[in-house]
Amino acid sequence: MSPIISVSNLSKTYGSGFKALKGINLDIAKGEIFALLGPNGAGKTTLISIICGIANPSEGRIAIGGHDIIKDYRAARSMIGLVPQELHTDAFESVWATVSFSRGLFGKPKNPAHIEKVLKDLSLWDKKDNKIITLSGGMKRRVMIAKALSHEPQILFLDEPTAGVDVELRKGMWEVVRTLQAAGVTIILTTHYIEEAEEMADRIGVINKGEIILIEDKATLMQKLGKKELTLQLQSKLDAIPAVLAAYNLELSSDGRTVTYDYDTKGDRTGITSLLNDLRNAGIRISDLDTRQSSLEDIFVSLVRAP
Amino acid sequence: MNYRAIRAIYLFEMARTWRTLLQSIVSPVVSTSLYFVVFGAAIGSRITEVEGVSYGTFIVPGLVMLSVLTQSISNASFGIYFPKFAGTIYEILSAPISYFEIVIGYVGAAATKSIILGLIILATAGLFVPLHIQHPVWMLTFLVLTAVTFSLFGFIIGIWADGFEKLQMIPMLVVTPLTFLGGSFYSVNMLPSGWRTITLFNPVVYLISGFRWSFYEIADVSVGLSLGMTAAFLVACMVIVAWIFRTGYRLKN
Repeated sequence: MSPIISVSNLSKTYGSGFKALKGINLDIAKGEIFALLGPNGAGKTTLISIICGIANPSEGRIAIGGHDIIKDYRAARSMIGLVPQELHTDAFESVWATVSFSRGLFGKPKNPAHIEKVLKDLSLWDKKDNKIITLSGGMKRRVMIAKALSHEPQILFLDEPTAGVDVELRKGMWEVVRTLQAAGVTIILTTHYIEEAEEMADRIGVINKGEIILIEDKATLMQKLGKKELTLQLQSKLDAIPAVLAAYNLELSSDGRTVTYDYDTKGDRTGITSLLNDLRNAGIRISDLDTRQSSLEDIFVSLVRAP
Repeated sequence: MNYRAIRAIYLFEMARTWRTLLQSIVSPVVSTSLYFVVFGAAIGSRITEVEGVSYGTFIVPGLVMLSVLTQSISNASFGIYFPKFAGTIYEILSAPISYFEIVIGYVGAAATKSIILGLIILATAGLFVPLHIQHPVWMLTFLVLTAVTFSLFGFIIGIWADGFEKLQMIPMLVVTPLTFLGGSFYSVNMLPSGWRTITLFNPVVYLISGFRWSFYEIADVSVGLSLGMTAAFLVACMVIVAWIFRTGYRLKN
Protein backbone atom coordinates (compact mmCIF):
# COMPACT_ATOMS: atom_id res chain seq x y z
CA MET A 1 0.00 0.00 0.00
CA SER A 2 1.36 3.43 -0.88
CA PRO A 3 2.10 5.62 2.14
CA ILE A 4 -0.31 8.39 3.10
CA ILE A 5 2.62 10.68 3.86
CA SER A 6 5.79 10.44 1.88
CA VAL A 7 8.72 12.70 2.71
CA SER A 8 11.73 12.37 0.49
CA ASN A 9 15.09 13.99 0.89
CA LEU A 10 13.67 16.92 2.83
CA SER A 11 16.09 19.59 4.00
CA LYS A 12 15.48 22.90 5.66
CA THR A 13 18.01 25.66 6.07
CA TYR A 14 16.84 28.81 7.83
CA GLY A 15 17.86 32.28 6.70
CA SER A 16 20.41 32.37 9.50
CA GLY A 17 22.16 29.39 7.88
CA PHE A 18 20.96 26.98 10.55
CA LYS A 19 20.24 23.55 9.07
CA ALA A 20 17.11 22.39 10.88
CA LEU A 21 16.51 19.30 8.76
CA LYS A 22 19.04 17.28 6.78
CA GLY A 23 17.81 14.91 4.10
CA ILE A 24 14.78 13.49 5.88
CA ASN A 25 13.14 10.41 4.35
CA LEU A 26 9.99 9.20 6.01
CA ASP A 27 6.94 7.22 4.94
CA ILE A 28 3.85 7.03 7.11
CA ALA A 29 1.31 4.29 6.46
CA LYS A 30 -2.40 4.98 6.45
CA GLY A 31 -4.03 4.37 9.79
CA GLU A 32 -0.90 4.08 11.91
CA ILE A 33 0.10 6.05 14.96
CA PHE A 34 3.60 7.29 14.46
CA ALA A 35 5.50 8.84 17.33
CA LEU A 36 8.34 11.19 16.55
CA LEU A 37 10.70 11.42 19.47
CA GLY A 38 13.53 13.83 19.87
CA PRO A 39 15.10 16.33 22.24
CA ASN A 40 14.20 20.03 22.09
CA GLY A 41 15.45 21.65 18.91
CA ALA A 42 15.81 18.33 17.08
CA GLY A 43 13.60 19.47 14.20
CA LYS A 44 10.28 17.84 15.13
CA THR A 45 8.22 21.01 14.85
CA THR A 46 10.06 22.18 11.72
CA LEU A 47 9.26 18.88 10.02
CA ILE A 48 5.58 19.15 10.93
CA SER A 49 5.43 22.81 9.94
CA ILE A 50 6.76 22.03 6.48
CA ILE A 51 4.37 19.11 5.94
CA CYS A 52 1.44 21.31 6.99
CA GLY A 53 2.42 24.30 4.85
CA ILE A 54 3.51 26.69 7.59
CA ALA A 55 7.16 26.70 6.58
CA ASN A 56 8.79 26.28 3.19
CA PRO A 57 11.09 23.34 2.46
CA SER A 58 14.56 24.20 1.21
CA GLU A 59 14.95 20.92 -0.66
CA GLY A 60 13.07 17.71 -1.16
CA ARG A 61 9.53 16.66 -1.81
CA ILE A 62 6.50 15.80 0.30
CA ALA A 63 3.32 14.09 -0.86
CA ILE A 64 0.14 13.69 1.17
CA GLY A 65 -2.13 10.97 -0.17
CA GLY A 66 -0.20 11.30 -3.43
CA HIS A 67 -0.71 15.10 -3.61
CA ASP A 68 2.39 17.26 -3.71
CA ILE A 69 2.21 19.77 -0.83
CA ILE A 70 3.25 22.67 -3.04
CA LYS A 71 1.78 22.00 -6.47
CA ASP A 72 -1.40 20.44 -5.16
CA TYR A 73 -1.59 22.18 -1.79
CA ARG A 74 -5.38 22.33 -1.58
CA ALA A 75 -5.86 18.57 -1.87
CA ALA A 76 -2.88 17.90 0.38
CA ARG A 77 -3.80 20.34 3.14
CA SER A 78 -7.49 19.48 3.27
CA MET A 79 -6.49 16.01 4.46
CA ILE A 80 -4.57 17.33 7.44
CA GLY A 81 -5.56 18.52 10.88
CA LEU A 82 -2.83 20.20 12.89
CA VAL A 83 -2.61 20.75 16.63
CA PRO A 84 0.48 22.88 17.22
CA GLN A 85 2.53 22.79 20.34
CA GLU A 86 1.79 26.32 21.54
CA LEU A 87 -1.68 27.26 22.72
CA HIS A 88 -2.62 29.67 19.95
CA THR A 89 -6.27 30.60 20.34
CA ASP A 90 -8.57 33.49 19.58
CA ALA A 91 -9.07 34.55 23.16
CA PHE A 92 -12.34 36.41 22.68
CA GLU A 93 -14.11 33.89 20.48
CA SER A 94 -16.50 31.30 21.82
CA VAL A 95 -15.52 27.64 21.59
CA TRP A 96 -18.34 26.96 19.14
CA ALA A 97 -17.43 29.90 16.90
CA THR A 98 -13.74 29.09 16.72
CA VAL A 99 -14.31 25.42 15.93
CA SER A 100 -16.92 26.28 13.27
CA PHE A 101 -14.49 28.83 11.81
CA SER A 102 -11.87 26.13 11.34
CA ARG A 103 -14.33 23.95 9.46
CA GLY A 104 -15.19 26.81 7.11
CA LEU A 105 -11.53 27.66 6.60
CA PHE A 106 -10.93 24.14 5.34
CA GLY A 107 -13.76 24.56 2.85
CA LYS A 108 -16.20 22.14 4.43
CA PRO A 109 -19.95 22.86 4.47
CA LYS A 110 -21.53 23.60 7.84
CA ASN A 111 -22.24 20.53 9.91
CA PRO A 112 -23.37 21.39 13.44
CA ALA A 113 -23.90 17.70 14.24
CA HIS A 114 -20.24 16.96 13.56
CA ILE A 115 -19.03 19.92 15.62
CA GLU A 116 -21.32 18.81 18.43
CA LYS A 117 -19.86 15.31 18.32
CA VAL A 118 -16.27 16.59 18.36
CA LEU A 119 -16.99 18.89 21.31
CA LYS A 120 -18.74 16.10 23.20
CA ASP A 121 -15.91 13.63 22.54
CA LEU A 122 -13.47 16.15 23.96
CA SER A 123 -15.71 17.00 26.95
CA LEU A 124 -16.10 20.57 25.75
CA TRP A 125 -19.81 20.54 25.05
CA ASP A 126 -20.84 22.38 28.21
CA LYS A 127 -18.21 25.04 27.44
CA LYS A 128 -19.30 25.63 23.86
CA ASP A 129 -20.56 29.17 24.50
CA ASN A 130 -17.67 30.18 26.75
CA LYS A 131 -15.02 32.54 25.52
CA ILE A 132 -11.72 30.74 25.10
CA ILE A 133 -9.95 33.19 27.40
CA THR A 134 -12.03 31.84 30.32
CA LEU A 135 -10.87 28.24 29.80
CA SER A 136 -8.07 26.42 31.57
CA GLY A 137 -4.90 25.41 29.76
CA GLY A 138 -6.03 21.81 29.38
CA MET A 139 -9.34 22.92 27.91
CA LYS A 140 -7.61 25.26 25.48
CA ARG A 141 -5.52 22.33 24.33
CA ARG A 142 -8.70 20.38 23.70
CA VAL A 143 -10.21 23.34 21.83
CA MET A 144 -7.21 23.21 19.52
CA ILE A 145 -7.75 19.51 18.97
CA ALA A 146 -11.43 20.20 18.28
CA LYS A 147 -10.42 22.82 15.67
CA ALA A 148 -8.14 20.31 13.99
CA LEU A 149 -10.88 17.67 13.95
CA SER A 150 -13.62 20.06 12.83
CA HIS A 151 -12.97 19.38 9.15
CA GLU A 152 -12.75 15.60 9.45
CA PRO A 153 -9.07 15.21 8.53
CA GLN A 154 -7.60 11.88 7.49
CA ILE A 155 -4.29 12.75 9.09
CA LEU A 156 -3.87 14.37 12.47
CA PHE A 157 -0.65 15.97 13.65
CA LEU A 158 -0.31 16.37 17.38
CA ASP A 159 2.77 18.40 18.26
CA GLU A 160 3.54 17.71 21.92
CA PRO A 161 -0.15 17.16 22.73
CA THR A 162 0.34 16.42 26.40
CA ALA A 163 3.05 18.90 27.32
CA GLY A 164 1.96 20.51 30.57
CA VAL A 165 -1.23 18.47 30.74
CA ASP A 166 -2.21 16.61 33.90
CA VAL A 167 -2.33 12.80 34.08
CA GLU A 168 -6.10 12.57 33.94
CA LEU A 169 -6.34 14.68 30.83
CA ARG A 170 -3.40 12.92 29.23
CA LYS A 171 -5.21 9.60 29.57
CA GLY A 172 -8.33 11.21 28.15
CA MET A 173 -6.37 12.37 25.13
CA TRP A 174 -4.91 8.94 24.56
CA GLU A 175 -8.47 7.69 24.55
CA VAL A 176 -9.44 10.23 21.89
CA VAL A 177 -6.41 9.29 19.80
CA ARG A 178 -7.32 5.61 19.94
CA THR A 179 -10.91 6.33 18.91
CA LEU A 180 -9.61 8.34 15.97
CA GLN A 181 -7.30 5.55 14.93
CA ALA A 182 -10.18 3.11 15.06
CA ALA A 183 -12.02 5.46 12.70
CA GLY A 184 -9.10 5.18 10.26
CA VAL A 185 -7.30 8.46 11.01
CA THR A 186 -3.52 8.43 10.67
CA ILE A 187 -1.86 10.10 13.65
CA ILE A 188 1.58 11.58 13.95
CA LEU A 189 2.52 12.76 17.39
CA THR A 190 5.68 14.32 18.64
CA THR A 191 6.61 14.00 22.22
CA HIS A 192 9.49 13.85 24.55
CA TYR A 193 7.61 11.64 26.93
CA ILE A 194 8.91 8.18 26.10
CA GLU A 195 6.07 6.71 28.10
CA GLU A 196 3.61 8.30 25.73
CA ALA A 197 5.27 6.83 22.66
CA GLU A 198 5.37 3.43 24.34
CA GLU A 199 1.72 3.66 25.23
CA MET A 200 0.38 4.94 21.94
CA ALA A 201 2.56 4.40 18.94
CA ASP A 202 2.66 1.65 16.33
CA ARG A 203 5.99 2.92 15.08
CA ILE A 204 8.56 5.15 16.60
CA GLY A 205 10.98 7.48 14.88
CA VAL A 206 13.80 9.26 16.65
CA ILE A 207 15.02 12.56 15.28
CA ASN A 208 18.10 14.39 16.46
CA LYS A 209 19.93 17.41 15.06
CA GLY A 210 17.75 17.38 11.97
CA GLU A 211 18.32 13.75 11.11
CA ILE A 212 16.15 10.71 11.59
CA ILE A 213 18.40 8.29 13.39
CA LEU A 214 15.99 5.45 13.96
CA ILE A 215 12.62 4.26 12.71
CA GLU A 216 11.34 1.04 14.12
CA ASP A 217 8.14 -0.80 14.95
CA LYS A 218 7.34 -0.41 18.56
CA ALA A 219 7.16 -4.20 18.89
CA THR A 220 10.79 -4.51 17.79
CA LEU A 221 11.81 -1.81 20.20
CA MET A 222 9.88 -3.51 22.96
CA GLN A 223 11.86 -6.68 22.32
CA LYS A 224 14.97 -4.69 22.98
CA LEU A 225 13.23 -3.55 26.12
CA GLY A 226 12.94 -7.20 27.16
CA LYS A 227 16.70 -7.26 27.66
CA LYS A 228 17.98 -7.07 31.19
CA GLU A 229 21.42 -6.60 32.57
CA LEU A 230 22.80 -8.37 35.62
CA THR A 231 25.66 -6.64 37.37
CA LEU A 232 27.82 -8.59 39.78
CA GLN A 233 30.22 -6.95 42.23
CA LEU A 234 33.17 -9.22 42.87
CA GLN A 235 34.86 -9.66 46.23
CA SER A 236 38.29 -9.74 44.67
CA LYS A 237 39.74 -8.27 41.53
CA LEU A 238 39.65 -10.42 38.38
CA ASP A 239 42.25 -10.06 35.62
CA ALA A 240 40.29 -11.86 32.95
CA ILE A 241 37.08 -13.84 32.55
CA PRO A 242 37.96 -17.56 32.97
CA ALA A 243 37.61 -19.61 29.78
CA VAL A 244 34.92 -21.83 31.32
CA LEU A 245 32.61 -18.81 31.46
CA ALA A 246 33.17 -17.73 27.84
CA ALA A 247 29.70 -18.92 26.76
CA TYR A 248 28.01 -16.25 28.90
CA ASN A 249 29.56 -13.34 27.01
CA LEU A 250 30.37 -11.61 30.25
CA GLU A 251 31.83 -8.18 30.30
CA LEU A 252 34.50 -7.30 32.83
CA SER A 253 34.90 -3.71 33.99
CA SER A 254 38.30 -2.08 33.60
CA ASP A 255 38.96 -2.20 37.36
CA GLY A 256 38.25 -5.94 37.28
CA ARG A 257 35.71 -5.76 40.07
CA THR A 258 32.43 -5.79 38.16
CA VAL A 259 31.01 -8.30 35.73
CA THR A 260 27.90 -7.68 33.65
CA TYR A 261 25.70 -10.25 31.98
CA ASP A 262 22.93 -9.54 29.45
CA TYR A 263 19.91 -11.81 29.40
CA ASP A 264 16.44 -11.91 27.96
CA THR A 265 13.55 -12.10 30.41
CA LYS A 266 11.28 -13.33 27.65
CA GLY A 267 13.53 -16.29 26.82
CA ASP A 268 12.79 -19.82 28.13
CA ARG A 269 15.71 -19.63 30.48
CA THR A 270 17.70 -16.66 31.58
CA GLY A 271 20.87 -18.58 32.36
CA ILE A 272 21.23 -16.85 35.70
CA THR A 273 21.21 -19.99 37.84
CA SER A 274 23.84 -21.78 35.81
CA LEU A 275 25.96 -18.62 35.62
CA LEU A 276 25.94 -18.30 39.41
CA ASN A 277 26.78 -22.01 39.75
CA ASP A 278 29.62 -21.76 37.26
CA LEU A 279 30.96 -18.65 38.99
CA ARG A 280 31.04 -20.48 42.29
CA ASN A 281 32.72 -23.48 40.67
CA ALA A 282 35.33 -21.13 39.22
CA GLY A 283 35.93 -19.82 42.72
CA ILE A 284 34.65 -16.33 42.02
CA ARG A 285 32.87 -14.84 45.00
CA ILE A 286 30.23 -12.18 44.72
CA SER A 287 29.71 -9.33 47.14
CA ASP A 288 26.60 -7.80 45.57
CA LEU A 289 24.32 -8.09 42.59
CA ASP A 290 21.93 -5.85 40.79
CA THR A 291 19.64 -6.21 37.77
CA ARG A 292 18.31 -3.48 35.56
CA GLN A 293 16.06 -3.23 32.56
CA SER A 294 17.01 -1.06 29.60
CA SER A 295 14.09 1.21 28.72
CA LEU A 296 13.15 3.03 25.58
CA GLU A 297 14.55 6.00 27.37
CA ASP A 298 18.01 4.35 27.55
CA ILE A 299 17.87 3.53 23.86
CA PHE A 300 16.80 7.06 23.16
CA VAL A 301 19.46 8.66 25.33
CA SER A 302 22.22 6.50 23.89
CA LEU A 303 21.05 7.35 20.38
CA VAL A 304 20.92 11.09 20.81
CA ARG A 305 24.15 11.21 22.82
CA ALA A 306 26.12 9.46 20.12
CA PRO A 307 28.34 12.00 18.36
CA MET B 1 -11.95 28.93 -5.16
CA ASN B 2 -12.47 28.04 -1.53
CA TYR B 3 -15.50 30.31 -1.04
CA ARG B 4 -16.29 28.83 2.34
CA ALA B 5 -12.88 29.83 3.60
CA ILE B 6 -13.26 33.39 2.29
CA ARG B 7 -16.65 33.55 3.97
CA ALA B 8 -15.22 32.15 7.22
CA ILE B 9 -12.45 34.77 7.36
CA TYR B 10 -14.78 37.58 6.30
CA LEU B 11 -17.42 36.73 8.89
CA PHE B 12 -14.78 36.18 11.57
CA GLU B 13 -13.38 39.64 10.94
CA MET B 14 -16.83 41.23 10.81
CA ALA B 15 -17.72 39.52 14.09
CA ARG B 16 -14.71 41.22 15.63
CA THR B 17 -16.21 44.57 14.60
CA TRP B 18 -19.53 43.91 16.27
CA ARG B 19 -17.71 42.70 19.36
CA THR B 20 -15.70 45.89 19.51
CA LEU B 21 -18.55 48.11 18.39
CA LEU B 22 -17.63 50.96 20.69
CA GLN B 23 -14.07 51.13 19.45
CA SER B 24 -14.85 50.36 15.79
CA ILE B 25 -17.83 52.60 15.12
CA VAL B 26 -18.72 54.82 18.03
CA SER B 27 -15.33 56.40 18.64
CA PRO B 28 -14.77 57.56 15.03
CA VAL B 29 -18.28 59.01 15.01
CA VAL B 30 -17.60 60.90 18.24
CA SER B 31 -14.31 62.29 16.97
CA THR B 32 -15.90 63.35 13.68
CA SER B 33 -18.64 65.14 15.56
CA LEU B 34 -15.93 66.98 17.47
CA TYR B 35 -14.34 68.09 14.20
CA PHE B 36 -17.68 69.50 13.13
CA VAL B 37 -18.13 71.35 16.37
CA VAL B 38 -14.61 72.80 16.31
CA PHE B 39 -13.95 73.36 12.60
CA GLY B 40 -17.47 73.56 11.27
CA ALA B 41 -19.23 75.62 13.91
CA ALA B 42 -16.60 77.47 15.96
CA ILE B 43 -13.93 78.25 13.35
CA GLY B 44 -16.10 77.80 10.27
CA SER B 45 -18.42 80.62 11.31
CA ARG B 46 -15.47 83.02 10.86
CA ILE B 47 -14.49 81.66 7.47
CA THR B 48 -16.28 82.83 4.37
CA GLU B 49 -17.52 80.36 1.82
CA VAL B 50 -14.97 78.18 0.04
CA GLU B 51 -15.60 78.03 -3.69
CA GLY B 52 -19.27 78.61 -3.26
CA VAL B 53 -20.06 76.28 -0.35
CA SER B 54 -20.07 77.01 3.36
CA TYR B 55 -16.95 75.92 5.22
CA GLY B 56 -18.85 73.35 7.33
CA THR B 57 -20.22 71.73 4.18
CA PHE B 58 -16.89 71.96 2.41
CA ILE B 59 -15.03 69.84 4.98
CA VAL B 60 -17.55 66.94 4.95
CA PRO B 61 -15.91 64.89 2.15
CA GLY B 62 -12.47 65.48 3.67
CA LEU B 63 -13.64 64.31 7.08
CA VAL B 64 -15.24 61.19 5.65
CA MET B 65 -12.01 60.42 3.75
CA LEU B 66 -9.92 61.07 6.85
CA SER B 67 -11.89 58.41 8.74
CA VAL B 68 -12.07 55.96 5.84
CA LEU B 69 -8.32 56.18 5.26
CA THR B 70 -7.26 55.79 8.86
CA GLN B 71 -9.87 53.16 9.68
CA SER B 72 -9.11 51.08 6.58
CA ILE B 73 -5.47 51.00 7.52
CA SER B 74 -6.03 50.27 11.18
CA ASN B 75 -8.73 47.61 10.55
CA ALA B 76 -6.74 45.73 7.96
CA SER B 77 -3.36 46.03 9.65
CA PHE B 78 -4.74 44.87 12.97
CA GLY B 79 -6.78 42.13 11.33
CA ILE B 80 -3.71 40.38 9.94
CA TYR B 81 -1.22 41.49 12.58
CA PHE B 82 -3.20 40.04 15.45
CA PRO B 83 -3.21 36.41 14.23
CA LYS B 84 0.53 36.79 13.66
CA PHE B 85 0.97 38.13 17.18
CA ALA B 86 -1.35 35.57 18.81
CA GLY B 87 0.03 32.71 16.72
CA THR B 88 -3.36 31.74 15.30
CA ILE B 89 -1.99 32.46 11.81
CA TYR B 90 -0.80 28.84 11.80
CA GLU B 91 -4.31 27.79 10.95
CA ILE B 92 -4.67 30.19 8.02
CA LEU B 93 -1.32 29.09 6.61
CA SER B 94 -2.12 25.39 6.96
CA ALA B 95 -5.60 25.67 5.43
CA PRO B 96 -6.34 24.70 1.81
CA ILE B 97 -6.69 28.34 0.83
CA SER B 98 -4.83 30.49 -1.67
CA TYR B 99 -3.18 33.78 -0.82
CA PHE B 100 -5.65 35.55 -3.02
CA GLU B 101 -8.51 34.13 -0.95
CA ILE B 102 -6.82 35.17 2.30
CA VAL B 103 -6.51 38.73 0.99
CA ILE B 104 -10.14 38.85 -0.17
CA GLY B 105 -11.29 37.71 3.27
CA TYR B 106 -9.22 40.13 5.34
CA VAL B 107 -9.18 43.12 3.03
CA GLY B 108 -12.84 42.65 2.10
CA ALA B 109 -13.86 42.74 5.76
CA ALA B 110 -11.64 45.74 6.56
CA ALA B 111 -12.97 47.67 3.55
CA THR B 112 -16.57 46.79 4.40
CA LYS B 113 -16.11 48.14 7.89
CA SER B 114 -14.64 51.41 6.75
CA ILE B 115 -17.31 51.87 4.06
CA ILE B 116 -20.01 51.38 6.69
CA LEU B 117 -18.16 53.81 8.90
CA GLY B 118 -17.83 56.37 6.09
CA LEU B 119 -21.56 56.23 5.48
CA ILE B 120 -22.29 56.59 9.20
CA ILE B 121 -20.04 59.64 9.36
CA LEU B 122 -21.74 61.07 6.32
CA ALA B 123 -25.09 60.62 8.03
CA THR B 124 -23.68 62.22 11.19
CA ALA B 125 -22.45 65.17 9.12
CA GLY B 126 -25.96 65.53 7.74
CA LEU B 127 -27.08 66.39 11.27
CA PHE B 128 -24.72 69.38 11.37
CA VAL B 129 -24.76 70.79 7.84
CA PRO B 130 -27.02 70.49 4.80
CA LEU B 131 -25.65 67.84 2.44
CA HIS B 132 -26.11 67.43 -1.25
CA ILE B 133 -24.35 64.85 -3.37
CA GLN B 134 -24.15 65.67 -7.07
CA HIS B 135 -22.77 62.32 -8.24
CA PRO B 136 -23.78 59.58 -5.79
CA VAL B 137 -22.42 56.80 -8.00
CA TRP B 138 -19.01 58.44 -8.25
CA MET B 139 -19.14 59.21 -4.55
CA LEU B 140 -19.60 55.49 -3.82
CA THR B 141 -16.96 54.56 -6.39
CA PHE B 142 -14.38 56.78 -4.72
CA LEU B 143 -15.44 55.55 -1.30
CA VAL B 144 -15.12 51.87 -2.22
CA LEU B 145 -11.90 52.36 -4.18
CA THR B 146 -10.31 54.26 -1.32
CA ALA B 147 -11.48 51.77 1.30
CA VAL B 148 -10.14 48.81 -0.68
CA THR B 149 -6.86 50.50 -1.57
CA PHE B 150 -6.07 51.58 1.96
CA SER B 151 -7.22 48.28 3.43
CA LEU B 152 -4.66 46.62 1.16
CA PHE B 153 -2.11 49.16 2.33
CA GLY B 154 -3.06 48.35 5.93
CA PHE B 155 -2.74 44.64 5.22
CA ILE B 156 0.81 45.26 4.02
CA ILE B 157 1.62 47.23 7.17
CA GLY B 158 0.12 44.46 9.31
CA ILE B 159 2.35 41.88 7.67
CA TRP B 160 5.43 44.07 7.80
CA ALA B 161 4.96 45.10 11.44
CA ASP B 162 6.69 42.92 14.01
CA GLY B 163 5.59 44.93 16.99
CA PHE B 164 2.75 47.18 18.08
CA GLU B 165 4.85 50.34 17.65
CA LYS B 166 5.43 49.60 14.01
CA LEU B 167 1.74 48.95 13.59
CA GLN B 168 1.05 52.47 14.86
CA MET B 169 4.03 54.16 13.25
CA ILE B 170 2.96 54.37 9.61
CA PRO B 171 -0.60 55.55 10.36
CA MET B 172 0.65 58.10 12.91
CA LEU B 173 3.72 59.42 11.18
CA VAL B 174 2.75 59.14 7.52
CA VAL B 175 -0.95 58.75 6.90
CA THR B 176 -2.37 61.25 9.39
CA PRO B 177 -0.03 64.08 8.30
CA LEU B 178 -0.66 63.33 4.65
CA THR B 179 -4.41 63.41 5.23
CA PHE B 180 -4.32 66.65 7.17
CA LEU B 181 -2.07 68.23 4.55
CA GLY B 182 -4.11 66.66 1.74
CA GLY B 183 -6.88 69.21 1.76
CA SER B 184 -9.30 67.68 4.27
CA PHE B 185 -9.93 71.07 5.83
CA TYR B 186 -9.00 73.47 3.04
CA SER B 187 -8.81 73.83 -0.69
CA VAL B 188 -5.33 73.36 -2.11
CA ASN B 189 -6.00 76.57 -4.07
CA MET B 190 -5.90 78.48 -0.77
CA LEU B 191 -2.18 77.69 -0.44
CA PRO B 192 0.68 79.88 -1.77
CA SER B 193 1.77 78.52 -5.17
CA GLY B 194 5.04 76.98 -3.90
CA TRP B 195 3.24 74.91 -1.30
CA ARG B 196 0.61 73.98 -3.82
CA THR B 197 3.21 72.34 -6.02
CA ILE B 198 4.60 70.39 -3.07
CA THR B 199 1.09 69.34 -2.07
CA LEU B 200 0.55 67.76 -5.48
CA PHE B 201 3.07 65.06 -4.49
CA ASN B 202 0.70 64.02 -1.69
CA PRO B 203 -1.43 61.12 -2.98
CA VAL B 204 -4.20 61.91 -0.50
CA VAL B 205 -4.88 65.21 -2.30
CA TYR B 206 -6.18 63.24 -5.28
CA LEU B 207 -8.46 61.08 -3.19
CA ILE B 208 -10.03 63.96 -1.31
CA SER B 209 -10.29 66.12 -4.39
CA GLY B 210 -12.08 63.44 -6.39
CA PHE B 211 -14.35 62.61 -3.51
CA ARG B 212 -15.23 66.25 -2.95
CA TRP B 213 -15.94 66.67 -6.65
CA SER B 214 -18.57 63.91 -6.44
CA PHE B 215 -20.33 66.03 -3.80
CA TYR B 216 -20.03 69.62 -5.00
CA GLU B 217 -18.31 69.47 -8.40
CA ILE B 218 -15.43 71.44 -6.98
CA ALA B 219 -11.99 69.89 -7.24
CA ASP B 220 -8.34 70.80 -6.75
CA VAL B 221 -7.23 68.50 -9.54
CA SER B 222 -9.14 66.95 -12.43
CA VAL B 223 -11.40 63.99 -11.63
CA GLY B 224 -9.69 61.77 -14.19
CA LEU B 225 -6.36 62.42 -12.49
CA SER B 226 -7.90 61.64 -9.10
CA LEU B 227 -9.24 58.36 -10.35
CA GLY B 228 -5.98 57.52 -12.11
CA MET B 229 -3.87 58.20 -9.01
CA THR B 230 -6.16 56.15 -6.77
CA ALA B 231 -6.08 53.27 -9.24
CA ALA B 232 -2.28 53.53 -9.47
CA PHE B 233 -1.96 53.29 -5.70
CA LEU B 234 -4.33 50.31 -5.69
CA VAL B 235 -2.22 48.52 -8.28
CA ALA B 236 0.97 49.31 -6.36
CA CYS B 237 -0.51 47.77 -3.20
CA MET B 238 -1.65 44.70 -5.13
CA VAL B 239 1.84 44.21 -6.55
CA ILE B 240 3.36 44.41 -3.05
CA VAL B 241 0.81 41.96 -1.62
CA ALA B 242 1.49 39.54 -4.49
CA TRP B 243 5.21 39.80 -3.75
CA ILE B 244 4.64 39.23 -0.01
CA PHE B 245 2.78 36.02 -0.67
CA ARG B 246 5.13 34.79 -3.34
CA THR B 247 8.12 35.13 -1.05
CA GLY B 248 6.32 34.35 2.22
CA TYR B 249 7.77 37.60 3.59
CA ARG B 250 7.27 37.76 7.39
CA LEU B 251 4.70 34.96 7.15
CA LYS B 252 6.64 31.83 6.36
CA ASN B 253 10.16 30.75 7.11
